[in-house]
Parts: sequence; C-alpha cells; structure tokens
Amino acid sequence: MSLHTYTLPAPFDNAPVHLVGSRAPWPLLVLLMIAFGVVPLLGSDYWLNAILIPFLVLSLAGLGLNLLTGYTGQTSVGSAGFMAVGAFATYNLLLRVPVLPLPVALILGGLFAAAVGWVVGIPSSRIKGFYLMVTTLAAQFFLEWIFSKFPWFYNNASSGTISAPNLVLFGHDLNTPTHRYLFTLSVVTLLTWVAVNLVKSQIGRNWMAIRDMDTAAAVIGIPVDRYKRQAFTVSSFYLGIAGALWAFFYLGTASASSFDINRSFQILFIIIIGGMGSIAGNFIGAAFISLLPILLSFAGQVLLGGAIDTGQIQNLQKIIFGTLIIWFLIKEPDGLVRLILNLRERLSVWPLRF
Amino acid sequence: MTFFIETLIGGLLAGTMYSLVAIGFVLIYKASGVFNFAQGAMLLFAALTFVSLREQGVPFAAALVLTVVVIAIGALAIERWILRPLVNRSQITLFMATLGLSFIVEGLAQGLMGAEVRALDLGIQDTPVMFGDIMVSHFDLVAAATATVLVTVLALLFNKTRVGVSLRAVADDTRAALSIGINLNRIWQIVWAVAGSVGLVAGLLWGARQGVQFSLSLVVLKALPVLIIGGFTSIGGAIVGGLIVGAAENLAEVYIGPFIGGGITPWFAYFIALAFLYVRPAGLFGERAIERV
Repeated sequence: MSLHTYTLPAPFDNAPVHLVGSRAPWPLLVLLMIAFGVVPLLGSDYWLNAILIPFLVLSLAGLGLNLLTGYTGQTSVGSAGFMAVGAFATYNLLLRVPVLPLPVALILGGLFAAAVGWVVGIPSSRIKGFYLMVTTLAAQFFLEWIFSKFPWFYNNASSGTISAPNLVLFGHDLNTPTHRYLFTLSVVTLLTWVAVNLVKSQIGRNWMAIRDMDTAAAVIGIPVDRYKRQAFTVSSFYLGIAGALWAFFYLGTASASSFDINRSFQILFIIIIGGMGSIAGNFIGAAFISLLPILLSFAGQVLLGGAIDTGQIQNLQKIIFGTLIIWFLIKEPDGLVRLILNLRERLSVWPLRF
Repeated sequence: MTFFIETLIGGLLAGTMYSLVAIGFVLIYKASGVFNFAQGAMLLFAALTFVSLREQGVPFAAALVLTVVVIAIGALAIERWILRPLVNRSQITLFMATLGLSFIVEGLAQGLMGAEVRALDLGIQDTPVMFGDIMVSHFDLVAAATATVLVTVLALLFNKTRVGVSLRAVADDTRAALSIGINLNRIWQIVWAVAGSVGLVAGLLWGARQGVQFSLSLVVLKALPVLIIGGFTSIGGAIVGGLIVGAAENLAEVYIGPFIGGGITPWFAYFIALAFLYVRPAGLFGERAIERV
C-alpha cells in the first residue's frame, strides 16, 4: 500500500502573466485636448454645425446600438425609435416643467427612452435572432406612429414638429455653434467614458458571454434574460440622449420623420463599418458615414462639373454604400477599427515584418 | 354583416399579395439560410425593368422573358460576389450583406431607369364584381388567382423535377446534399433567380395597383410580419400568414383604427406577429431549433 504525499503548489508570486494596469492613454488625451481646446477656435460655423456635431451625435447613437448589438448580440433595427423617445421626452420636459435645467431634462429624456427600451426588451427572453429583430422593427414603426399621430407630443404645433427650446446651461446661452459643439462633445465624452468602463465590468463581460452563446451563458449561471433586458435599457438610454442631441443641437427642428427607419439603418451601418463590439469603432464608423456623402458630392462636382444631377449622385451614393458594406462584411468583418489596429501593429515593428 | 364580410374578403385578397412577397423570402431562406432583406429591392428592380421594356415598345411576353433573363443574370452575380465569399458566416452577417445588396439594387434600379412613378397596365380592369350582396374587386380576384397558379407551379417544380428535389435536399441538410454531389452554388443561383421571378410577379401586381415606384421596395417591411407568423421555412406558412395579416389589417383599420387615430396599418401587422411569437417563438409552422452547448 503506497502512500502518496501531496504538496500544495507554490504560490504564484511570479505569475507568468501580468495584468496590465491602466496606463495613461496619451494619444486619447491629446485627441481630447484638441477636440476641446483647438477645434472650437479653428472650426468655422459650417464645420461645427454641419459636420462635427452630427458626427458626434451619430457616434453616440452608434455607441448605444453597439452596446446592444456588438456587445450583447441582439440585433436591433429600432434605434431611431428610441432616439425619437429621447427627443420628444426632453422636449416635453423642458416645455412643461420649465424649472428643469437642461442636463436634468436630457438625463430624464434618456431615462424615458431607457424605460421604453426595457419594455421592448421583454420579448428577448423568448425570442431570438431575426424574430427578435422584428420586435424592434415593430417598436420603430409604433413609436414613429405615436409621435406623428398624437399632437400632445409636439405641443399641438400645426407643422407636427418640435423646435429646440431656449438652450441654456446654468445661465449660459448655448445657441452659438461653438457652445453647442462643446456641450455635445462633453456629453459624448462623458457617456463614452461610462461605456468603456461598463463593458470592462462584470456587466459587460456577461453581455459578451450572452453574445457569444446565450445557452452557454445560461449554463454557467448568468441570468440571461435579465442581462438582455438590461442591455436594451442601457442602449436605449444612450440612444435617447443621442436623439435629444440630434433634434435640438443639430437639427434645431425635428419631427417623427427625422427618426424613421432609414436613420435606424444608418446607425446599424455605422457599427458594421466601424466595428461591432468596439467603442472606438463607433467614432470611426460615424466619421465615415457622415463624411462619405460630402466627399462623394464634392467629387461629383469636381469631376463631372455639375453635369450629373443630384438625384443620380444619391443613387451612386447608395450603390457605393451598399458595395462598401458588402466589401467590409467579406474582407473585414471587424470593421475599420480592425484595419487601423492592424496598421498599428505593422507600424510597431516597422520596417521589419512579422 | 355584409360590410364585415366585404372587409374580410378584401383583406384576404390583399393578403395573397403579401404572401407572394413572403414566398420569395421563404425560397431563399430555405435554400441558403439567408434572410433576404433585398427581396423588396429585387421586386422593384424587376418591375421597373419590365415597365421600361414595355415603354420601349417590347411586346408583353418578350418583356416578361427578357426581365426573367435579367433577373437570372442578377442571381448569378449575387451568388458569385456575395454568397460565395460569405459562405459559412453567421446568419446576421448574411442579413446585413443583403441590406447592402438592397442599397445597390435600389441605386441601380433608380439610376438606370429613373425615379418617377410609372404606370403599369396589365389589362386587368379594376371593376367591382357582385356575389349576391357582397362586392369584390375584380383585380383582387385576378391577383389571388395568379398567386394560386404560381404556388401550384412552385409546388410542382419542387416535388416533380430533379432541380426541385435537390433544392429540397439542400434545404433539409446542406452537408448531406453536398456529400452526394449536389452543386450548391448552382442551387443558390437557381433559387435566387426563382425568388426574383416570384418577386417580378408580385411587383407587377403591386405595381399595377399603385404605380411602379420606389415605395414598392417597402413591401419587404409588410412581408416581415407575414414571415414571422408563418415561419421562415414554410411556403404554406407564408400563404396562411399573408392571409391572416391581410385580413387582420383590413379589419383593424376599419373597426379599431377610428378609435385610436387611424393609420395603424404600418405597425398593426407587427403586433399580430408579436402576439404569435410570444406563443410560438419560431412561428406557426417554423421548426423549433434545439440548441446544444
């Protein structure tokens, strides 16, 4: 009869893998400093109003959808509906409760959208994949219908539109393009920071487990239904705030048709082209989506000298967009952000090659 | 009571048009697992091609044949440049690719053939026909008859021909079908061409009703609830789903609509679909998937 002696393994005082602590993200800080400090000085009103503000808002909307689709794996084509909830809720809060300061109204508007998102997320416990996508489509059409059919939501305006209330932040007037840009940028920066931490946390890891395989996630004890609903809620909060910003800081005057199904698709394209399951991807995708039409019409003007009419340019744009989407799906399913990361890895050993 | 029956029958007949669009979806989904969002764009493209040919003075039958040829070429291109490179990718990826495809097809259709509304005359009068007290639209009857003929032809194609049998084999078990030497790429080409042709028929019927224009491509959004109710994999389901949606929509618009402000058709069908989904998460006729870790 042999006796085995067991020895405990030595403590891992020299673990092979060191968890990387948070390094100061220098490039990011420089970028933020430029965005906050330099851009408002240099940017013309046209640049701020027509390019940078929509770019920022679309990035935020993309971020919202990415939390749901890219991180939790629940495809949604109802993003614009949630944006509409945020816009109309903020409008009515500012209109009917004038004491509310702008940031509070914005957050409450986001919370309204989040509540709607929670309700839309309920079927996700039973329905999956394409069938769930149809749920979000139902929400999209239903919300669009509500906001155009019931005049209460747009204060009985005969035009059916909502206009930006007087945008005031702690006594400061926000009606110049520079101020609106800075406010939008601050909101987007803050919410992006929250999102970065969120996806690193237990919540984000649970979301990703559900995305990768929800049955397996359930088996290891993640309350799948609750986390799916939570993803819907958080995503809708982001989209709601993006919607309010879109209506009041970019468009100025909005109606239910500003948030139609095409807007939802636009946001979906942002995350496909930018990169699903990536925070930076939203910004890259949004930049791409908002700059491409400008570039195309500019190129059309220069190359063809106005010989081609705007309708044809739009058709051409559609074809190029469609081709790019398919090309990305085939060549780089992780989106533009992956291309940039690959480039960075290449540069890190330049001029040598892997 | 007469009015109720008229509304019901009108809805059922309109529903056959939804079924036609949905059948195109089901064909593609069964054979290649692709949820084809571009079905609406394909329908628009097919109808526009046909109308443009007719405007050039091409006779009816020749225009029909030429359009089918164009559709077949399109199917070849789609298979070669979209389906083949994306083989074995997730269904969501394929769905998004068809979103891109719908943009391309819409852009091409409008760029090449113009964006204005085109009248299409199929030579069917839209006169009411009386059955006792009940009034039915002549056009709806013809549309329903066309749908019936089309479904019969498809059923024969699938059950009696070699291509049809291999198509069913692919739908049943792609890997087994491959291993006995069925050419998957060829099957995809055929299925997309057939689905495009079904789209042509649907597009012509819709187009004769409301003019051939961009909004035709939006019938895809009408067909989604139909698919949900019927399940993505069943042609019979698509037909039943279309009838349910058509009838329910018509009845709701007449009897519920006035109380809540009207114009409820864009979303009402989706709510019916959701109600069905909550009870049967894979549609009425869909097969329930078993998941393994």
